[in-house]
Amino acid sequence: MAKIHVTTTVNGEPSEFLCDPQQTLLDVLRDELRLTGSKEGCATGDCGACSIMLDGRLVCSCLVLGVESEGLEVETIEGMSSGDQLHPLQQKFLEEAALQCGICTPGFLVAAKALLEKNPNPTETEVRYWLAGNLCRCTGYDKIIRAVLDCAADLRGA
Amino acid sequence: MARIILTSGLSNQFTSGQTELEIDAVDVRGLILLLDESFPGIGDELKREMAVAIDGQIYQEPFLEKISTNSEVYFLPRIGGGKNILT
Amino acid sequence: MSSDNKDLKWVGKSPVRPDGNDKVTGRAKFGADLMLPGMLVGKVLRSPHAHAIIKSIDTSKAEALPGVKAVITSADVTDLSSEWVPAGEVQINFRDLARNVMANEKVLYNGHAVAAVAATNNAIANAALELISIDYEVLPHVIDVEDAMAEDAPILHEDMFTQGVTPKPDKPSNVFKHVDIAVGDVEAGFAQADLIVEKSFKTAPVHQGYIEPHAAVASFGEDGKAELWCSTQGQFVVRLYCAKLLGMDVSNLRVTPSEIGGGFGGKTTVYLEPVALLLSRKAGRPVRAVMTREEVFRASGPTSGAVTWVKIGVKNDGTIVAGEAILKYQAGAFAGSPIQPGCMCAFAPYDIENVKVKGYDVVVNRPKVAAYRAPGAPISEHAVESVLDDIAKQISIDPLELREKNAATEGTNAAYGPKFGPIGFVETLAAAKAHPHYSAPLGPNQGRGVACGFWFNIGGDSCAAVNVAEDGSIVVSTGSPDIGGSRASMAIMAAETLGIDVADVHPNVADTSSLGYTFLTGGSRVTFATGMAVIEAAKQVVETLRERAAKIWDISVDAVIWEDGYAKPAGTNAGDFEPLSLGEIASTAGKTGGPISGNAALNAQGAGPAFGTHICDVEVDPETGRVTVLRYTAVQDCGKAIHKGYVEGQIQGGAVQGIGWALNEEYIYDDKGRLDNAGFLDYRIPVASDLPMIDTVVVEVANPNHPYGVRGVGEVPIVPPMATVANAIESATGIRMTELPMSPPKVLAAIDGAK
Repeated sequence: MAKIHVTTTVNGEPSEFLCDPQQTLLDVLRDELRLTGSKEGCATGDCGACSIMLDGRLVCSCLVLGVESEGLEVETIEGMSSGDQLHPLQQKFLEEAALQCGICTPGFLVAAKALLEKNPNPTETEVRYWLAGNLCRCTGYDKIIRAVLDCAADLRGA
Repeated sequence: MARIILTSGLSNQFTSGQTELEIDAVDVRGLILLLDESFPGIGDELKREMAVAIDGQIYQEPFLEKISTNSEVYFLPRIGGGKNILT
Repeated sequence: MSSDNKDLKWVGKSPVRPDGNDKVTGRAKFGADLMLPGMLVGKVLRSPHAHAIIKSIDTSKAEALPGVKAVITSADVTDLSSEWVPAGEVQINFRDLARNVMANEKVLYNGHAVAAVAATNNAIANAALELISIDYEVLPHVIDVEDAMAEDAPILHEDMFTQGVTPKPDKPSNVFKHVDIAVGDVEAGFAQADLIVEKSFKTAPVHQGYIEPHAAVASFGEDGKAELWCSTQGQFVVRLYCAKLLGMDVSNLRVTPSEIGGGFGGKTTVYLEPVALLLSRKAGRPVRAVMTREEVFRASGPTSGAVTWVKIGVKNDGTIVAGEAILKYQAGAFAGSPIQPGCMCAFAPYDIENVKVKGYDVVVNRPKVAAYRAPGAPISEHAVESVLDDIAKQISIDPLELREKNAATEGTNAAYGPKFGPIGFVETLAAAKAHPHYSAPLGPNQGRGVACGFWFNIGGDSCAAVNVAEDGSIVVSTGSPDIGGSRASMAIMAAETLGIDVADVHPNVADTSSLGYTFLTGGSRVTFATGMAVIEAAKQVVETLRERAAKIWDISVDAVIWEDGYAKPAGTNAGDFEPLSLGEIASTAGKTGGPISGNAALNAQGAGPAFGTHICDVEVDPETGRVTVLRYTAVQDCGKAIHKGYVEGQIQGGAVQGIGWALNEEYIYDDKGRLDNAGFLDYRIPVASDLPMIDTVVVEVANPNHPYGVRGVGEVPIVPPMATVANAIESATGIRMTELPMSPPKVLAAIDGAK
């Protein structure tokens, strides 16, 4: 099967790649574009470790085909910090020990950023339900939720 | 004489049910040799399966640990944290 | 060995972890993130059958497929003789390990590896697997532990004769061994009881549930030397196992641990690592092998499912006079369940004169069991804590008071034999009782449960190197993969010992060629044992720094003290010298004797056992059987919390795994012994919307065997939750659930049944 040429924008930069029609966007990000920050935890859209933004919408990149990103804007964890400045969420996760092994952290950060951009003042319940699609096995979620709520408060107050 | 306590499983298999013994030994390695003399076969089982607690302190790798005259020595199943490769 | 713990600068604080930046930016490299030039994709063919003889394997068509560079089967694996070694806190037999990595005469579970290929891409590798044809003779299978123990059960291993039985049996069995623990005389004990309660329970196997699947990248050279990069809890253990399976010298293999995306005991053995190495050796190119989530469930070790029975006798005032238990644990396809620690832990929190526990290690046609956080203990302690709760209700004693009445303290003879040193169980009970959670009001359909837990914690072999750089900054190298933030703790302990800013200490995890043998990350041992090695190495550095200052000042080393990161004269008699900083001494190290470095290699003894007491409030929906956890508090004795935030994190994470074990997680098999729910959708672990915040209370009763009083923290928190939640459900509904998980269909059936 011939590879398909795809042109897209990744983290603000124009990007192009060749991929097999059946390759997922997650596979393409990791294997073709060498952006390994998005992780494969399940390949069935259940764990959220592959979370990215596709044209402003939070998706599991394992459920999107590489070819579907043609002409769209892809934002991954690699685009979250700017220059040498961490995004406030990234900083908060570090300060509040909201990660242990760190494998789920990119997915949580992308998802939490999407939440705060949509709803800058979420309740604890709203945060928990928004992040229910991101699995974590190390933390029990407590410090993650606290970090998101504290960051939201900071961003509102700042 | 140090007080030696075996698990009931060991005692049923090797010592006809006797779980408590009084033995004089300098270290765990010596103790196992003495036990094996009285109860043939117990030595291998102890080396393979057992950790040792001497006066309350558990040792997963006990063979060179010293035993004093009034020590209380328990043989207990290994939790698994030791190296069993070179028996 | 305890230093005075007053005025600690870093111990007990929560500085930002040194490896955190890479993890929040996606830069950190986990097992599947490494790429090597020319790297091939490795994929494994797995048995569709639960139990079958392999009559023949034909790999010729797969080998001929363009793009396929190597195909292997068990013929490529060194056949090893029987030899037991540790893997976390369970044990593994090398002969069994070889057969688990690649099935030899038989396949013993759905998912058992039978062949593997290396190809230039994923699609070709998958196509190659389909071209391998295997002739199986399907055999009857058995997956339930009591079915496997029955007289007419299908036998998994014709050479398995039950150990620990006299006289020695002459018929093979699925029972690998019996375990017997006893103190006192339970018959006499029960005779004194005013009340005896006995109950049977059933628990299902649960998976450790790490979000990162197993992954390994292997690169074999033509000179017989190889490099392996993998997600593992123990690079030295992996090195040994792989070297044996490939028939190579241990030192010809360098294993580098990647960042690890969760382990919890499940990454203390090998699955893909030897396969990737074998494929690489045959193909002459690097090979990356990664499990899919489905493979993780079908083929990597869960912990045991079990059938347990507990009988406890008490006097009317609550004194426990006797405790008896029978525990039957599944080992999976090969022997080696955590039945030993399970038996030892069952009654361990309590001071009971008469205890008798019998355990069975039973093989069944399921994946080989691997270590999972306090292996064996949650299962046995769930049964005991549930029965204690029933007893408390029947004699009208507060459940925490019942436990206080019988609590083990310093000097108590543990239920498995020896005396306890200083322990903090009573302190956790008191803290739980005093916590506002314990007296908060409850609404309709709500209930509160408490339960306790115990785990030994281990020490073991650790090496550490503390090296002083030319500018006075410090590199601390250890051999312990970091699964919970331990690098931060190593930095804290080194900084505290050296008296410098923790930001100037840079911890790293070394590969097998760069540091001495270090036992794997598990057993809650890293902060304790590897920490001890770090402290010892740091102390050596302090000694050297004093010597160098003495040389610079031309005075005796006894006249030099080290304080807050500076060498200072011991008193005015020693001389009027300006203090020398670590940086100043480091910059002239070449002139005063050479590089400054401390190295420790030790086998840490004296790990402190630890206890926890948990409180849980649930609400049970009588129409659906759904159990909602409303509030959860976990109290634990940690000896000394080195990094407060990560200690809390360990407790919260372990508690939530326990809650999942209690309420939703289980393996579901069809009638052919095939796993039906091999994915996160149907193997339901807790998600963020299932839970409230998890309140943690850290109690500190110092372990005198560690310089800062550390006790292992990571495992205890998973022990109490199953009973805590079960007891809360009982309190809410009046129904004692005896089968885990207590999922909605089961709870609803129980509620309807009780009407």
